[in-house]
Amino acid sequence: MTTTASPYKVIGTRPVRPDGVDKVTGRAIYGADVRLPGMLHGKVLRSPHAHARILCIDASAALALRGVHAVITAQDMPAISDKIADLGESTVNLRYASNNILAHDKVLYYGHAVAAVAADNVHIAEEALSLIRVEYEVLPHVLDGKQAMAPDAPILLDDLRTNELGKLGDRPTNVAEHIRHQRGDLTKGFAEADVIVERTFHTATVHQGYIEPQNATALWNEDGQLFIWCSTQGAFSVQEQLAELLQIPVSRIIVTPTEIGGGFGGKINVYLEPLAALLSRKAGHRPVKMVMTRAEVLAATGPTSGSYIRVKMGARRDGVITAAEAELIYEAGAFPGSPVGAGCGVIFAPYRLENVQIDGYDVVVNRPKAAAYRAPGGTNAAFASETVVDELAEKLGMDPIEFRLRNAVREGDRRADGPEYKRIGLIETLEAARSHPHYTAPLTGKHRGRGVATGFWFNWGGKSSATATVNRDGTVNLIEGSTDIGGSRASIAMQLAETLGIPYEDVRPQVVGTAGVGYNDVTGGSRTTFGTGWAVYEVGKKILAEMRQRAADYWGVPVEEVSVADGVFAYNGESLSFRELAGKLDTPVTASASVHPQNYGPGFGVHIVDVEVDVETGKVTILRYTAAQDVGKAIHPSYVEGQLQGGVAQGVGWALNEEYVYDEKGRLLNATLLDYRMPTALDLPMIDTVLVEVANPGHPYGVRGVGEVPIVPPAAAIANAIYRAIGVRMTELPMSPPRIVAALARKRQDGVAA
Amino acid sequence: MSSKVIVTTTINGEEFEFLCEPRQSLLEVLRDVLGFTGAKEGCNNGNCGACNVLLDGVLVNSCLVLGVEAEGRTIETIEGMAAGGRLHPLQQKFLEHAALQCGVCTPGFLLAAKALLDHNPDPTEAEVRHWLAGNLCRCTGYDKIIRAVLDAADAV
Ligand code: FES
Ligand code: FES
Repeated sequence: MTTTASPYKVIGTRPVRPDGVDKVTGRAIYGADVRLPGMLHGKVLRSPHAHARILCIDASAALALRGVHAVITAQDMPAISDKIADLGESTVNLRYASNNILAHDKVLYYGHAVAAVAADNVHIAEEALSLIRVEYEVLPHVLDGKQAMAPDAPILLDDLRTNELGKLGDRPTNVAEHIRHQRGDLTKGFAEADVIVERTFHTATVHQGYIEPQNATALWNEDGQLFIWCSTQGAFSVQEQLAELLQIPVSRIIVTPTEIGGGFGGKINVYLEPLAALLSRKAGHRPVKMVMTRAEVLAATGPTSGSYIRVKMGARRDGVITAAEAELIYEAGAFPGSPVGAGCGVIFAPYRLENVQIDGYDVVVNRPKAAAYRAPGGTNAAFASETVVDELAEKLGMDPIEFRLRNAVREGDRRADGPEYKRIGLIETLEAARSHPHYTAPLTGKHRGRGVATGFWFNWGGKSSATATVNRDGTVNLIEGSTDIGGSRASIAMQLAETLGIPYEDVRPQVVGTAGVGYNDVTGGSRTTFGTGWAVYEVGKKILAEMRQRAADYWGVPVEEVSVADGVFAYNGESLSFRELAGKLDTPVTASASVHPQNYGPGFGVHIVDVEVDVETGKVTILRYTAAQDVGKAIHPSYVEGQLQGGVAQGVGWALNEEYVYDEKGRLLNATLLDYRMPTALDLPMIDTVLVEVANPGHPYGVRGVGEVPIVPPAAAIANAIYRAIGVRMTELPMSPPRIVAALARKRQDGVAA
Repeated sequence: MSSKVIVTTTINGEEFEFLCEPRQSLLEVLRDVLGFTGAKEGCNNGNCGACNVLLDGVLVNSCLVLGVEAEGRTIETIEGMAAGGRLHPLQQKFLEHAALQCGVCTPGFLLAAKALLDHNPDPTEAEVRHWLAGNLCRCTGYDKIIRAVLDAADAV
């Protein structure tokens, strides 16, 4: 929805992505497509128990099977001491990470890896797994965050002590951390309120659900050089994690990223890479490929946290929020590190608050270790707070967008967790949503309702490096190291073309691995178009400066006398196009840049949804959906729209269907894509998008991250719509048919809105 | 291990002969034996459509077909969709509409959409959504995929 004439030639257009043809012809090589000479196939033996001590492992029968080349257990992993590694969107204690990759003395969740096998083919490897004998002493388990906090709960990690507001506790616990953000005076704030709403929410564990399962191929040479091919959000992150986990120098590891079939945060942590490496070494330095099954992906790779969230907010009759309080309990899975910190940052981020307190708890439970999932922790938090905000507006008789506008943060306001906002676009986005035809369109019919919700995400800058070479024909080869998950080759190349003043088609980007470019952080945190965009902008400026010098040399004049504009170098009435000048270059022109930009600019979204509830079956149908978002500057609007639409779709799944279901023994019951029910084309309408462009002053082209914000509002927006449709406040995710039916039954019984 | 069977089949108009274990799925044979890695494995049990191929013109999940069942049949994979070096209109429209993000679901969607247009050249949005409900995409929210298919139908 850009209205003013664009100052740009390339930015804002919608060219075909450079890797497009490879991806529509089946030619693109994804991780599972890798094939090397002499390659073996690896498989993982996983725990059938939620919590058990490993008494012994006997792999002799497996090793004796024809075609089996190696078996590894935790004994093959080097001992790792406590050390926190930064994964970009999350941090990890490497000792725990090692323990997660292969269980050391205890298995902590159903699906926890216990041993791995390399064999001639997958079928033999699977047969070998069935021959490994593991003796377990089954221990009591706990799946639920609240129950895990109870004093008599089974303890997962004997050495874990609570980090209680910065001070370490002295007794065994499942609570890894308690954090708090506080400002003002809650008692005073609530005393000033005319209406107060308090509710407790629960959200289920959900998975990123990328369609391509985890994979890794490793070759560990006799000389200690380790080669890895895998689909990952960050080749350099894989390299660093492996260096720590395997205790070898970073330089001895070369990671070559393949195409990646979705990540959403879930393909940052390594799972198979260290196993494939160890198997390769043990199997006589042959390459080993490992690919997870879907059941393994669901049971053993990072879902995101289930959570309990209590929110209490008060507001005056004039619509001003006077106090806000929240308590968030996030299930980290088997090892500490849930996104509760981010949840605490997101929960009240859209509102100016004088009196606020937020408490967060990171709790270990016998579920797979949580990994990042698109705006980690944000959807849970916004589901709770945006439902309460909606109820406050309702109680005050105010329009929900008007109520939000009255309290919306703007430049200079401070978030509860500290930082001061620079230029942000929440107000513009709320206004765009309010004036969208969807918001005022009549919605008639029984059991139909419209809901709105707001969402926030921090975004991130991270470190990026890139290199470009000017070819003799004036085209440019761009080498970058940011995994392209959703069209970023295009958005990066477009920024370089814009900077150089040459056509998009003249820049050919290539994503390379750790051996081909300087350090790059993961594609995550909505940072790539922003951060790697910054890097290629710097590259472009260096190239222009060098080219200008060459033009000056050609004309034999001081460089200051040569002007550069739109890819044309001019001096005293003479001119050379970029292409002409490139043809005259004797010494090649190349440039590299490494950047670590800080002013990434957070983003806000406002979603409007219409639903219809079938009160017999409890099924919720999404009739219409509109997502407005401040995107800073849309470099390639189609892919920006795509980010919004994809985030909404995942949010709809989280809101209505997706959840981990366990039996009483702690075994995951729905580890298939039939039973872990993600939205299909039939479950969704078209998803309308409104791109609000409030330029981020921290980027040369105004870019803000866009990928994560759109998954934050959907659950709350849908809950608010359901309330308008059937008069029931839903406080549990997913709002699946049985829960809707139960809520309606409660409503009938109580004769009041729940 | 049971003994292997010789299977003769036609893939994208070319005849292939291969040795197949009875337990191998068509997907495994295509990917690991014959090198047609355009068919993707997302679930291996018929829930995602990433492995779609056309078997005698009928859309199937190749993970649910046995390799030996290919005997004497005609298979069309994503690698055969751009005939004579020209992209199929569906492929072209997927590119123009930015109907793919990560692209791993794309081959399956393209073959499913082709099967649809082959027997219903002018589908409604509802028909497209219904037909494509066997294909999961986690990235796009389907909006641009549906638009690309409708646009391709107009173009065919
Ligand atoms: S891999 Fe065949 S349907 Fe998913
Ligand atoms: S584009 Fe990634 S799953 Fe469809």
